[in-house]
Amino acid sequence: MKYLRFLIMGVLFGITLSKGEIISWYRIQEMFRFQSFHMYGVIGSAVILGILTIQFIKRARLKDYQGNYIQVSTQEPGYARNLIGGTIFGLGWAMTGACPGPLFILLGFWGWPFLLAILGAVLGTFTYGLLQRYLWH
Amino acid sequence: MEKAIAFIQQPWPWWVSGPLIAYVMFSLLYYGKGFGISTNFKTVCCMLGSCKVSDFFCFNWRDQIWNLMFILGVILGGYISAQWLTPDQSVAISPATIADLKAIGITNPGSSFLPEEIFAAENVWTLRSLVFLLGGGFLVGFGTRYANGCTSGHAISGLSNLQYWSLIAVIGFFIGGLIMTHFILPYLIKL
Repeated sequence: MKYLRFLIMGVLFGITLSKGEIISWYRIQEMFRFQSFHMYGVIGSAVILGILTIQFIKRARLKDYQGNYIQVSTQEPGYARNLIGGTIFGLGWAMTGACPGPLFILLGFWGWPFLLAILGAVLGTFTYGLLQRYLWH
Repeated sequence: MEKAIAFIQQPWPWWVSGPLIAYVMFSLLYYGKGFGISTNFKTVCCMLGSCKVSDFFCFNWRDQIWNLMFILGVILGGYISAQWLTPDQSVAISPATIADLKAIGITNPGSSFLPEEIFAAENVWTLRSLVFLLGGGFLVGFGTRYANGCTSGHAISGLSNLQYWSLIAVIGFFIGGLIMTHFILPYLIKL
C-alpha cells in the first residue's frame, strides 16, 4: 500500500495533461509550428516553478518524508548522446504527438491503439540496449 | 457540486496545467523519487528478461515498482478524464495550424484530440497508422534511452535543476520535432 500515493499522483498527472490538452497531437503540431503559446506556457511555467522549487529545496536543505535531505539527480554528460538521442526522440514525438507520459495517458483516454505505440517504445528501448556499446555517446 | 464539475470540465489553461506538473515533480522528490517516465520502458525490458542479451537491462526492477504504479495511475487518470471530465473533446487550436494541417491532408483538424484518420481504432491496421504508432513509438523509445530521458526527465526535471546537458537534450527534441513536422510528416500522411 506504500505505492498507493504514486498511483494517486499518476492519476493527478494523467488528468492534468489531458485537461491541459498536452496529450493532443494537434497541440504538439501547433507547438512545432510556433503557432500558439499554449505548450510553451505549460512547459515554461512548469520549469520556472520547478527552478524556484529546486532552488528552495537546496537552499533551505529541505528533507523528504523520511527525514533525509532531498537529492535531485543530475543528467548524463555528452553532446552526442543528448543531441542525437534527443533528436531521435523529437522525430518520434512529432509523429505520435506524444512523449512517454502522454503515450500512457492516451491508452486510457483514447484507447488500445496506443498499446501499439507503447510496444514500439519498448522495442526501441530494447534495440538501444542491444546497440548501446556501438553508439557514440 | 455540479457547478464544480462543470468548471473542471472546461479545458484547463496553461497556467493551471504547468504549475500542477511542477507540483507532481515536487511530490515525487518529497517521496524520494525522480520524475522520469521513459525509464518504465527500460523496466519492462528488464522484467521480460532482456538482461540475458544486454547488461543495460540488468538491474533490480523492483526498485521501479513505484514508477510502474505511477504510470498505472497515469493510464487511469486518462480514462477518468475521457469518461467524466472531458465531455467536449474538440481542441481549440490556432487557425494557422488548422490551415497548415488541412493543406497536408488532415480532415477537420481540432475536431477531436487526435486525427481520426491516423489514430482511430478502425484505421489502425493500415500502413500509415502502423508507421505513426509503431514507428513513432520506436523512435520515442530509442531516442529517450539514448538521451537518458524524455520530457519529464530532461525538459521538466533537468531544466528545473539547471542541467546544461538537459538543455542540449531539449534542443535535440526540437531539432527532431521540427524536422519531422516540416519536412517528413507531409509525406508520411500520404502513406
